[in-house]
Amino acid sequence: MMSGVVLKFLRRKAESAGPKKRGVDYGILVFENTSEVIRAENRLKAAGWSIRVKGPPPEIRTGCDLVIEFPLIEELAVLRALEKAGLRPLEVVPVTSPLLQPVDLFQVKDFGQFLMVRAANMKLTVDKETSLIVNVSGGGCPDIPYLAQEMVGRSLADAPEPRRIGHTLCGYALQLAYVEVRRRCLPS
Amino acid sequence: MLAIVGTVPDLQFPLVGGQAKLQGKAIRVEGHSVPINRGTPALIAAAIKTLEAIGRPAPYVYLAGDIGLGEGSRGLYDHLVRHLPHADWGVLTFHYLQPDVDGHNRVLFAIGEMRRRPLLIADAGYMYAAKMSGMAEEYDLFTPDAGELAFLADDQAPHPFYTRGFILHEEQKVPDLIARAYRYKNAARLLLVKGKVDYVAGAQGVLAAVDQPAEEALEPIGGTGDTLTGIVSALAAGGIELKRAATLAARANRLAGCLAAPTPMTQVSDIIACVPQALAQVLEMP
Repeated sequence: MMSGVVLKFLRRKAESAGPKKRGVDYGILVFENTSEVIRAENRLKAAGWSIRVKGPPPEIRTGCDLVIEFPLIEELAVLRALEKAGLRPLEVVPVTSPLLQPVDLFQVKDFGQFLMVRAANMKLTVDKETSLIVNVSGGGCPDIPYLAQEMVGRSLADAPEPRRIGHTLCGYALQLAYVEVRRRCLPS
Repeated sequence: MLAIVGTVPDLQFPLVGGQAKLQGKAIRVEGHSVPINRGTPALIAAAIKTLEAIGRPAPYVYLAGDIGLGEGSRGLYDHLVRHLPHADWGVLTFHYLQPDVDGHNRVLFAIGEMRRRPLLIADAGYMYAAKMSGMAEEYDLFTPDAGELAFLADDQAPHPFYTRGFILHEEQKVPDLIARAYRYKNAARLLLVKGKVDYVAGAQGVLAAVDQPAEEALEPIGGTGDTLTGIVSALAAGGIELKRAATLAARANRLAGCLAAPTPMTQVSDIIACVPQALAQVLEMP
């Protein structure tokens, strides 16, 4: 009944190297909250920038937060694109030490009729036949009960995406699980 | 008496403090209701059921609406700083709050001003803040799952999302992760680790392991960890020594889950309904 499979997120090898190894200076964009980070990430990725979401360095860490790492030389263009989207980072800081990497493991458990995907500390379970989201489990930030309330009982196609209504790192992890569940359960 | 601090997923829910009541599948406090589907309301509901079973009063709760933006949590942190020095609780349980190290530290100082120090239990976001602040040892009990235990064991991770890959969240590694969490002083006096096997542990290692009844379908069900924290908090508030309370709570929570005949689509409110029957059986055991 159970098959535990651990998969690496697809990631280019070059991207896993630290900022200095890639021979490029990087900076980080610091925002007021995680939902702004997620909006900025969507905007910049859609515009083709090579950016990554990371954990902030200890000196600016407040709790449940993310930052965006970007090529420092493109600072002005990046800020201009964000301004057009109504996004203004609190700070732009050069990267001087390695940043924290998000957890990059999925765990998938097949219950027959149901499929559960775990990303970091979040689990999302769907009915494979109906694509109905039947449970959300894990996490400790206050948007998780909210996300569960909004998603459970709705189909994968109709449920709001965690990145649209979530605000925290737990919400971001749930988004990763959601994307993986969609990839496995919905035709592309 | 037990006091519980947490948030509810409703922006319109005001900051309230008062004794909680269970009305059907909702918690009612100071004229406001919230369903017990998951999160802190599920913890409170399980605590109420447990306190009823052992003949103790319902818990006092500090609640605020928060959907992840942090306003409700910040209001709670501020309220606790003002209120706690004048309060008298036997057990104080912290749950879904936006992790905030500064807020956490201010609350811990306020607890230091209380006439008697309550037993301190932390789970979910507040446990993350307690670990990140470096003050984990001030707490009597943390109730992590295996993933959160890996986060406690990682001296550098500020959130479970950043737990480093070499510290894998594998159930068979739980005793090693417990040892590592204590080595880095990131654990409370006791840990109740929930999972395929529930472990009660201290700095000396695993003290008890509970693996029966086993019900695989419980893993996807949101809120089963919340009910465990609610049951252990209530048993401790009833005067049961904390290590024994943790072991009894693990047994009762597993049994309640089993009695609900769960599938992966079962909701935690169905399990909470089985808590009294489970407790009756567990408390009769030698």
